[in-house]
Amino acid sequence: MQNTLKKYFALFALPGLLAFTMAFVVPFIMGIVLSFTQFTTVTNASWVGLENYIRAFQTPDFLNSLWFTVKFVIVSVLTINILSFFLSLLLTRSIPGTNGFRTIFFLPNLIGGIVLGYIWQMILNGVLQPYGVTLTSNPTYGFWGLVILMTWQMTGYMMVIYVAGIQNIPRELLEAAEVDGAGRWQTIKNIIIPAIMPSVTICLFLTVTNGFKLFDQNLALTAGAPSKQTEMLALNIYNTFYGRAGWFGVGQAKAVLFFILVAAIALIQLQITRKREVEQ
Amino acid sequence: MKKTLGIIMALMLVTGLVFAGGDKEASRSQEIYFLNFKPEIASVYDEVSKAYEAETGVRLKVVTAASGTYEQTLTSEIAKNDPPVIFQINGPVGLKNWIAYTADLKDTALYGILSDKSLAVTSGSGVYGIPYVVEGYGIIYNDAILRKYFALPGKAVSISSATEIKDFATLKAVVEDIQKNKAALGIGGAFASTSFAPGNDWRWQTHLPNQPLFYEFDAAKGNGSALEAGLAAKEVAFSYGSAFKNLFDLYLNNSITAPGLLANKSVDDSMAEFALGQVAFVQNGNWGAGQILGVQGNTVKNEDIKFLPLYFGVPGESQYGLNIGTENYFAINKTVSAAKQQAAIDFLTWLFSSETGKGFVIGKLGFIAPFNTFGPNEQPSDPLAKEIVRWLNAPGVTSVPWIFQAFPSNEFKTVFGSALLEYTQGSKTWAQVEDIFRSTWKAESLY
Repeated sequence: MQNTLKKYFALFALPGLLAFTMAFVVPFIMGIVLSFTQFTTVTNASWVGLENYIRAFQTPDFLNSLWFTVKFVIVSVLTINILSFFLSLLLTRSIPGTNGFRTIFFLPNLIGGIVLGYIWQMILNGVLQPYGVTLTSNPTYGFWGLVILMTWQMTGYMMVIYVAGIQNIPRELLEAAEVDGAGRWQTIKNIIIPAIMPSVTICLFLTVTNGFKLFDQNLALTAGAPSKQTEMLALNIYNTFYGRAGWFGVGQAKAVLFFILVAAIALIQLQITRKREVEQ
Repeated sequence: MKKTLGIIMALMLVTGLVFAGGDKEASRSQEIYFLNFKPEIASVYDEVSKAYEAETGVRLKVVTAASGTYEQTLTSEIAKNDPPVIFQINGPVGLKNWIAYTADLKDTALYGILSDKSLAVTSGSGVYGIPYVVEGYGIIYNDAILRKYFALPGKAVSISSATEIKDFATLKAVVEDIQKNKAALGIGGAFASTSFAPGNDWRWQTHLPNQPLFYEFDAAKGNGSALEAGLAAKEVAFSYGSAFKNLFDLYLNNSITAPGLLANKSVDDSMAEFALGQVAFVQNGNWGAGQILGVQGNTVKNEDIKFLPLYFGVPGESQYGLNIGTENYFAINKTVSAAKQQAAIDFLTWLFSSETGKGFVIGKLGFIAPFNTFGPNEQPSDPLAKEIVRWLNAPGVTSVPWIFQAFPSNEFKTVFGSALLEYTQGSKTWAQVEDIFRSTWKAESLY
């Protein structure tokens, strides 16, 4: 078995490795290199050192959108995870039609971000119409619009992961808790949550990274209006890239900073939640 | 079951490989790759391409970038092995970005037939962009509604025809009275929605400030042109800001849509409002003809679609006509082989000088082409293009050139547009908008 694996390793892994290298590793390295250059196209670049990074911080909108993104991530991670956790609790009890509900809650996740953005833009503008305002009248509307949209979209997906986690909890544990006289809340706090920590790790990771790299929904819902006050990081990078002649390098520098930030936060989060996972 | 699945998967893989390989075509040398900027006429270029291949045997590959994504598409396409040979730049500021790719066209036949050489984009002694279409904008009005208004017994103005509107005071009186009488006229408002949906504010952040800035640069031009003065300006005073506000406020206060809801409206919406006869006026250019004539349920007759210049309440403004110019310039990629460059120039020359080519330009592409190969009768026949030609030749009236080509960057327009939106929504005062205009210009022209 070991030998066969070794013998055929190259054959089976090579296509995947090649594709990964071409589609991911090479562009990634090129991207990092380009962030130190001034360029029009990727094959035509001149070295400028750290200048792009300095310019990235000189424009105030980069830090503004970073702050907006952080606020959005905190709020949306909380709403999505709390809501999906309670939904999964509900849908693991023996209620008739559970599967149907699970499917329905999962469905929004199958719709593309741009489409969702436009649909919710229409819905929310329709709600705001009687008050004579629109989503972009005030950055707060845009913020909560985004939170509502993302919660609606992501809750079903996270719910499925939590459902899987809850179903894996051994029945004896729950029965033992019941025999010992644990109440509903105590069961959740002391049995269910510790037992599904692996699911929590995954869900937090997915919602945090998704929140940081959110682009389509942001572009379609508000496109940063009014005056870039609802512009998130990914959209800011995109706009830097195409807003001015000769700013490609700065956009690239922001993208590298963005990568470091998201990677660091995701790694820290994984470390913290992994520690709390218990062996069953 | 598993076996069948395996076989299917294997088959899919193999067919995928076959199709992936099928992309390579036998001969590429005789193919011109043209990256088109105007999605509204993309299908016409397919016909042009067929006709050209039939006549000369040269294949023309036309790719059209989706609306608003031209720079993105060009950036990625031009880095490929088979880059576009003909592409488009949007003027002197666009040239700065693409100068490493644009060939000098000074000695080409295409530059030779350009009727007004000053229209080309130049840098030093080189010619890098050749305009291929002249466009104009102003206030489009529906003469049928205006005639109906002038026939009203209780109208508040003394004039009796739209052609008598020659300054802002008259325009304002007419517009406000129409708005007051909208029920009697059977319309929803005097002006179409001042569209502010994302990506739909270019009529206000690019076109509308053109004329106020023209006044400013025209006073400062010295020996050069107003455009050169604009390109050189590191700072602007925006001294005609209050003039801009005059007209912009007129749009907002006499609109079919309440100011708070404008962020929801697109250019298509406002053009549809005009086409359906719900409004009397809309600010746009002759490229909008298709959006009026092509709309289902259109109630506006061809002969009732007319242009009025933009009036801001500036002394002496009656001598100025429509804002006429271009921001569409063909450039040739100098990084491809000389043979290909020549083939591309041959094609463009053919398009604008041969009978077949000119037929397409006039009949289907609808360009008012700035080349001396077109006679006075060889112009597009849509009502707005005719109006442009009429205003160009109107006695005692000068057209306003497109100064907005001198705007320092796209970012400047975006920021100004957002400020205007906030002004309509009441979260910014006019003084703040003017400050943003000045400070953004200053900041953006540093780069």
